Amino acid sequence: MDTEAIKLIAAAAAIAIGGFAPALAIGMLAGKAMESIGRNPEAAGKIQVPMLIAIAFCEAIAIYALVVALILKFV
Amino acid sequence: MNISLAAEPVFHIGSFPVTNSLIAAWLSIILLVIITLVLRTKKLKMVPRGLQNVVETIIEFFLGLIDGITQDKKQTSKFFPLVFTFFIFILVSNYLGLFPGFGTIGVYEQLEGSQVLVPFFRSANSDLNVTLALAIVSVFATQIFGILAIGVLKYGKKFLNFSSPFMFFVGILEFISELAKFISFSFRLFGNVFAGEVLLVVISFLIPYIAPVPFYFLELFVGLVQAAIFSLLTIVFLKFASTDIH
Repeated sequence: MDTEAIKLIAAAAAIAIGGFAPALAIGMLAGKAMESIGRNPEAAGKIQVPMLIAIAFCEAIAIYALVVALILKFV
Repeated sequence: MNISLAAEPVFHIGSFPVTNSLIAAWLSIILLVIITLVLRTKKLKMVPRGLQNVVETIIEFFLGLIDGITQDKKQTSKFFPLVFTFFIFILVSNYLGLFPGFGTIGVYEQLEGSQVLVPFFRSANSDLNVTLALAIVSVFATQIFGILAIGVLKYGKKFLNFSSPFMFFVGILEFISELAKFISFSFRLFGNVFAGEVLLVVISFLIPYIAPVPFYFLELFVGLVQAAIFSLLTIVFLKFASTDIH
């Protein structure tokens, strides 16, 4: 296979595999947060902000994978 | 369909290339300065109306948010200017990038053998240089605020801890984690905004009518969330840096 074909497959694989673990992590985070809000609805405001921060950290990993895919495709 | 990772230079001042994202960043700065000057020259009323009301609501909401994280009103007033500036600059840049004309109005130029469209404006945060600059300011400000809050020796003890080999290793890890913040801050913002732009370009290329609308809503949401996340993370790291661990 020539370089162009491999680059294309690599770009697709990078984002496909790299998006899996962050999605799992965000799902688990949000699930736990929903659970704790369900147990204690008054604490919803106090839970939301730290949850958002933790989700940002997880999402950053997916963004790294996306940037690698974009570099493979466009550079 | 022209998607370029790097921002394209529109004109040159001497030998300094002025890129389209730089022009967009200047535009956001000018817009923010105009809004501030309009507020300053009007007489501020005790019962706010109109623009003053909107700005006061946003500022109050943000102050409450920061108070919730720092638990200390004095620290809030110290951190607020920097963090709020990050928030409104990133927010205004992101929303300005969704305006019609950004990425579409430009000139055709010969670049790398083929004819491509070089737009005059491009969302400011879709340029890695802008986000890297914001990240550098954020991380250096964290170090400086930390040193100002607890002193050079105590702050240095977080990274160079000679009490035991294990703590020395932990100090090295802390230092590496600080370096990782440069990359994490810049790439998170860059990735989100650039990917959003690519998404809009591709969707508008495939189905120009009606279909891009939900993606514009997504971009509105992502723009707000990324601005909030950048400032929230800055505040959290500032708080960590200013806390004495013992």
